[in-house]
Amino acid sequence: MSSPPEPDAVLSYDDDLFTPGHRACAGCAPALAMRHLTEATGENTIISMATGCMEVISSPFPESSWGVSWIHDVFANAPGVASGIEAAYRAFDRKASEEFTDHDDVNFVVVAGDGATFDIGIRSLSGMMDRGHDVLYVCYDNEAYMNTGIQRSSATPLGASTSTSPPGKESLGDDTSKKDMPAIAAAHGCSYVASASIGYPQDFKQKIERGLEHDGPKYVQVQAPCMLGWEFDPAEAVTVAQLAVETGLQPLFEVVDGELVDVMRIRDRKPVREYLECQGRFDHLFETGEGEEVIEQLQEFVDERADELDLDA
Amino acid sequence: MGDRTMLKGDQAVAAGVRSTQPDVVSAYPITPQTGIVETLSEMHADGELDGEFLKVDSEFNAASSCIGASAAGARVFSATCSQGLKLMSEPLFTAAGMRLPVVMAVANRSLSAPISIWNDHTDAFAERDGGMIQFFAKDVQEAVDTVFVAYRVAEDPTISLPALVNLDGFILTHVKEPVDVPDEAAVSSYLPDREPFATLDPSDPTTMGGVGRPEHWTEARYAVQEAMLRSREVIAEATEAFGDQFGRKYGLEYDGMLETVGPVDADLALVCLGSLAGTVEHVIADHPADVKLVRPRVIRPFPAEQLRQALAGVEAVSVMQKENSPGYQGSLASELKSALYGSDTQPAVRSYVLGLAGRDVSHDDIEAVIEETGEAAEDGHPRRFLAEERWPQLKGDLLDMEVTQA
Repeated sequence: MSSPPEPDAVLSYDDDLFTPGHRACAGCAPALAMRHLTEATGENTIISMATGCMEVISSPFPESSWGVSWIHDVFANAPGVASGIEAAYRAFDRKASEEFTDHDDVNFVVVAGDGATFDIGIRSLSGMMDRGHDVLYVCYDNEAYMNTGIQRSSATPLGASTSTSPPGKESLGDDTSKKDMPAIAAAHGCSYVASASIGYPQDFKQKIERGLEHDGPKYVQVQAPCMLGWEFDPAEAVTVAQLAVETGLQPLFEVVDGELVDVMRIRDRKPVREYLECQGRFDHLFETGEGEEVIEQLQEFVDERADELDLDA
Repeated sequence: MGDRTMLKGDQAVAAGVRSTQPDVVSAYPITPQTGIVETLSEMHADGELDGEFLKVDSEFNAASSCIGASAAGARVFSATCSQGLKLMSEPLFTAAGMRLPVVMAVANRSLSAPISIWNDHTDAFAERDGGMIQFFAKDVQEAVDTVFVAYRVAEDPTISLPALVNLDGFILTHVKEPVDVPDEAAVSSYLPDREPFATLDPSDPTTMGGVGRPEHWTEARYAVQEAMLRSREVIAEATEAFGDQFGRKYGLEYDGMLETVGPVDADLALVCLGSLAGTVEHVIADHPADVKLVRPRVIRPFPAEQLRQALAGVEAVSVMQKENSPGYQGSLASELKSALYGSDTQPAVRSYVLGLAGRDVSHDDIEAVIEETGEAAEDGHPRRFLAEERWPQLKGDLLDMEVTQA
C-alpha cells in the first residue's frame, strides 16, 4: 500500500511584511487588516503608526512584526510624523541625493485606530490632508479603545456597551452616533476616500492599491471587529464583519475627487437586529422596551443611509 | 564669512538657520517667535531655502513632523515658545527617547495663566526633564552662533538628541543689533552633513519607537542620561571649534558651559541666564563691591562642575531667575545648591524671582540684590543654603483678594 503524499510540512511566512508571532488575540480582525494592508502596499513602504492595539501587539522591543520601515511616536501625531517623513523625502529628491529612493516610489502610509483617527488625532489628520501630503491614511476601525480596556471612542456605535458607556439604570450604552469620518476626509478634498471591511479582504486590498495610485492625501477606513470588545466567538470575526456589511451598517464605497463612484450593492439587506444579536456589547438592548427603541433608531438610520447611497441591489 | 549687519534677533536667527540649509523646516507662528518663522517663510518663498517648509496646523504637529523628518534622516528646524512649547512637549520628550536630533529656537515667554506674551524662562524650565539639550543665549550674536553649535552637538552620532536654543522673547527677538551671520559655505565647513545612526529607509526596514517593557525601558532612559552627560564634551569641542573658525569664543575656560565676568577672586557672585546677564554686566562694571557674574550658557546638561569652579572661594551667591517652581523655589537656585553640595566652598545661596512675564529688571533691582548678597556674606554663618526665596519686584497692593492672599 502506497503511503499518502507528504503535505507541505511548513507554512512559509518569509515574504510576509506583517509577520506572525505578534501578541494579538486569537481571532483579531485588526491584525488581519495589517497583513492585508502590507500585502497591498508592498515593501517599498514607510508606515507611521499611532498608538493603539496594533502598535502595542506588534512592536514590543526587541521583537517587531514589521517587515517594512515603521515608526511610532505618540497617540495623536501619526499623520504629523508622516508629513515630516514625506517632506523629508521630497527634500532629498530636490537635493538629488543618489543614495535615497525616489520619493514617488515610496508609499507613505499612516495606520491608526479609530480613537487615534476620530478623536485625539483628528487635528493632525486634518493638517496632513489640508497640506496635501502624499500619504495614504488607513484607519482600522474597531469602534472603541480596545487595548486599554474597551472604552468608547467617537467611532463607537449608538447603544454599544463599553467600559465608559456601560448600560445601567439611566443608560442604554453609548448615547451618541458614530462620527462620519469618511465624509470629513472627503470634505478635506482627499482625492480618494474609501470604506472597507475585513470581511471582504480582496476589496480592502484593492482599495489600498487604488488609493496609492492617487497623488496627495487619501483615506481608507476598514472596519475590523474586536472579539474582546464586541464579545463574539474568536472564530466569527470575519462573519461578524460581513454581517455589518450585509445589514448596511458598514456600507462599502469609494469617493474619488469628491464624487461617490462606487457602492457595493446589498441584495436582501438583513435587519440590523441580526448583527446586534451576535455580539455581547448589544445584549442589553434586547432586555427592555427602551432598548428596542434604540434598535429601531439604528434600523431607521441604516435605512435612510441606504437610500442616500442607493445601497440596495 | 558673513558681513556684520544690523538685524533684528528673529531675522538673525532665521538667517543663521538658512546657513545650515535644513531639509525640513516646520513651524507654527507664536509671539514672540513669529518673526523667525515669518523670515524663514520669506526665504523659502524667495528660493533661498532648498528644503521643505511645512506650514503646519499647530506646534504639536510642528514637533511631530520634525520628528518624522529627523527619523527619515533629515536636518530639521523649528521654533516656538511658551504655550507652543507646551503643545510640543509630548512629542519632544519622545524625540529624546528615540534619539532624534531636532534643533529649535525658543523665544522664551511666560506660560499662562494669566496669559502674557512677555519674556521669562518658565517655558524652558517646564521642558527641563525631557532629555533636550538646552542652551541660553545672552545676545543676538550668541543666539545665532548657538544655532550652529546646537546642530553640531545634537546631530553628533554619539549624542543624537533634540536641542533648544533659548533666547529671551522680545528682549532679543525684537532688538536690532550688529550681527555677523556666517554664510552657508562657512557653516558647511563647521557643520558636517548629518550621518544618522538609522533612518526610515524602505530598502533597509527599521522599527522605530516600539513598545519598551520594564525589561528594557530603564536602559533607554539611562542611554538618554548618558548621552546628555557625554554631550558636555561635545559642547566643549564644538564651542572651541566655533571659536577657532569664527573668532567668537564663549566661555572656553569653562568648556563652553558657562561664562564669567568680573574679578576672578570676587567675594560675591550673581548667577543668571540669558539677556539679564547683559544688564548685570553693566551694573557690576562700575560697582564698588567685588562681584562677578556667573552665567550658565547651558542648563541641560547642567554645568555643575563648572559652577563649582566658578564659585570656588565666593562667600555669597544670588541666583536671579525668571522662573519659579511653585511649592519650592526657582529651579536654577535649587539646582545650583545641589551642584554645590559637598564642594569645598559653601557660599550662602540666595534665590531671587524677578523679571517674570516681561517685568523689567532695572539697574536698581540688581544693585539691591548685590547689597543683600553682601549682607549674606557678612552674616557669618558658612554652609548655609538659604531656603527663603525673595520676590523683590512683588507689588503687595495687588495681592488684596482672598485667592491671592490668605
